[in-house]
Amino acid sequence: MFGKIWNRHKVYERPDGQTLLYIDRHYIGDDLPMDTFETLRRKGLKVRRPDLSFSIPDHYVSTRGRSLADTVDAERRASIEELLRFSADNGIRLFGLEDVRQGIVHVVGPEQGLSLPGMTIVCGDSHTSTHGALGALGFGIGAAEVSHVLATQTLWQRRPGTMRIRIEGETGLGVTSKDLIMAVIARIGVAGAARHVIEYAGSAVQALSIEARMTLCNMSIEAGARAGMIGPDDKTFAYLHGRPFAPSGAAWEHAVREWSTLASDEGAVFDRDIMMRADEIAPMVSWGTSPDDSGPITGCVPDPTTMDDPVKRRRLEKSLAYMGLKPGMPLEGIVVERVFIGSCTNGRIEDLRAASGIMRGKRTMVPTVVVPGSGMVKAQAEAEGLDRIFIDAGCDWRHAGCSMCLAINGDIVPSGERCASTTNRNFVGRQGPGARTHLMSPAMAAAAAVSGRLVDVRQMEIG
Amino acid sequence: MQTFRTLDAVAVPIAGIDIDTDQILPARFMHKKRENYGRYFFHDLRFDGDGTPRDDFILNKPAFRTAKIVVGDRNFGCGSSREQAVHALADFGIRCVIAPSFGDIFQTNCLKNGVLPVVLRDPVVREIREALEAQPGGHLTVDLESETVTDLAGSVHSFSTDPFARSCLLEGLDEIDYSLTLLHRIRAFEASKS
Repeated sequence: MFGKIWNRHKVYERPDGQTLLYIDRHYIGDDLPMDTFETLRRKGLKVRRPDLSFSIPDHYVSTRGRSLADTVDAERRASIEELLRFSADNGIRLFGLEDVRQGIVHVVGPEQGLSLPGMTIVCGDSHTSTHGALGALGFGIGAAEVSHVLATQTLWQRRPGTMRIRIEGETGLGVTSKDLIMAVIARIGVAGAARHVIEYAGSAVQALSIEARMTLCNMSIEAGARAGMIGPDDKTFAYLHGRPFAPSGAAWEHAVREWSTLASDEGAVFDRDIMMRADEIAPMVSWGTSPDDSGPITGCVPDPTTMDDPVKRRRLEKSLAYMGLKPGMPLEGIVVERVFIGSCTNGRIEDLRAASGIMRGKRTMVPTVVVPGSGMVKAQAEAEGLDRIFIDAGCDWRHAGCSMCLAINGDIVPSGERCASTTNRNFVGRQGPGARTHLMSPAMAAAAAVSGRLVDVRQMEIG
Repeated sequence: MQTFRTLDAVAVPIAGIDIDTDQILPARFMHKKRENYGRYFFHDLRFDGDGTPRDDFILNKPAFRTAKIVVGDRNFGCGSSREQAVHALADFGIRCVIAPSFGDIFQTNCLKNGVLPVVLRDPVVREIREALEAQPGGHLTVDLESETVTDLAGSVHSFSTDPFARSCLLEGLDEIDYSLTLLHRIRAFEASKS
């Protein structure tokens, strides 16, 4: 599948193998360096194809209110304003703060039918791999590359390797795609898929909903992959049908016929092939400062003295010191002081349904923030009454945005506090200086919220 | 872009695998104007909560203050795509990072900012790091034309760079200007798809 999309987007291949790749869809967030847009102004260039770019402020927007004035400070407000100004000057469609469609780029794109099978999709954000769930080639780029796409609608790329990860069998009760991807990363490591595009396959992957597939592809970057993707199937087409920017009428029929040819052919060869069993995967939780520092909730914090590699041992010791954990501690029972449910990994409606299912009729024991991934997700959750469940449980129900995932909009985990989090990264300082992040699925985070500690969601009564 | 041909400079060893871009530039500085991002380079490792430089962090040791080369470890620059991490590195004065492997987007971001990422084998990088720890302030020579690194002992290690990226660095080529010379091909591609 990767090869088909790559070959269809080759504008020009140099003799040295560098390929000028055409970009079908470009999302622009508000977290780019201030001089990204300046590059075009300096050269006197306009955006070449403004019709293929979409701007959505997400990183700096406040989750407490929908006005620019709610932004945490003037400097961050200036970043959003720069995006608004640049979009207006260049005729780029913008989903602004007052627009119900605004949200996290990687939630909004698929939701609006802007991300479609077979497309090349880029954004100056590493989690652009999310869009691969729809059978697209989506990957994160740097700011200089953003300028290049704006000026030329292309990108210089060297063809990456291909890697297939098959997950076969049935997923156990309480095990989600978040657990699958955390198990994948724990197995292959944070650089395990470096310089490769991952294609996920196997019966457990096919059984996943489209939103669950997005979670899987979203965290491909945490395994070092350039992108993650899944062959489009009837579920993909059903998800996209009727979405505002998806083709309709005769164009829809034509598109589906074309998309149906994208999935990898029988017998397709990958540079690397990995197989995992879904029934061997339990709900996962991270204990360290890297997404591969994860294990089943039934497990324990590892012991550095058992590690042969001195480099890994030293990293583990530092990691445990930062996290305030002792070797051998059972993961279940670790006391948490805060919970965050949201992000481009787990801020979709299905994630909120899963979390509210656990919280229904219960009270949270620690401060819990619930942030929908988009205004549309928020509206849907409210239509279903999920907001009431969260509010009755004592959660803080917010407006859409990236929020506490990377803690730059004012939503932060105070230093030293331990946070059960549905996000994608548990790096040192990621959720605020000194913050201690444990990654897990929305249901697991909800279970932690009502228990005040890490618990196995399979032991919880589901409301 | 600033050209890169040859560099003879102090190298600072930064041990630790999987150093992510959140370490290199904490997210809360991402929105700052591009004025001396060097002050944010490894900010939370370089400074205490109250802004006092931490003596235990290697970049604060006098011998390394003029470093232009970083010798890192496996998977250097993994994580977030933020190019501001490379701005911090470049504004601090770093022109070359040597490591056994890099975060994918970080490596690309380096090349776009005139910083040369050099991949050498893991044991070689470790040896160089250890030698630099033993001789603080030691120089390495990095030559992009011959694609070699000369270490403290005078041993020469070859590396390879993508030919396109290499010529961009050697000539200080502006990629956008170059790609715009191929505009006819881009237009032809668009015409063939519509």
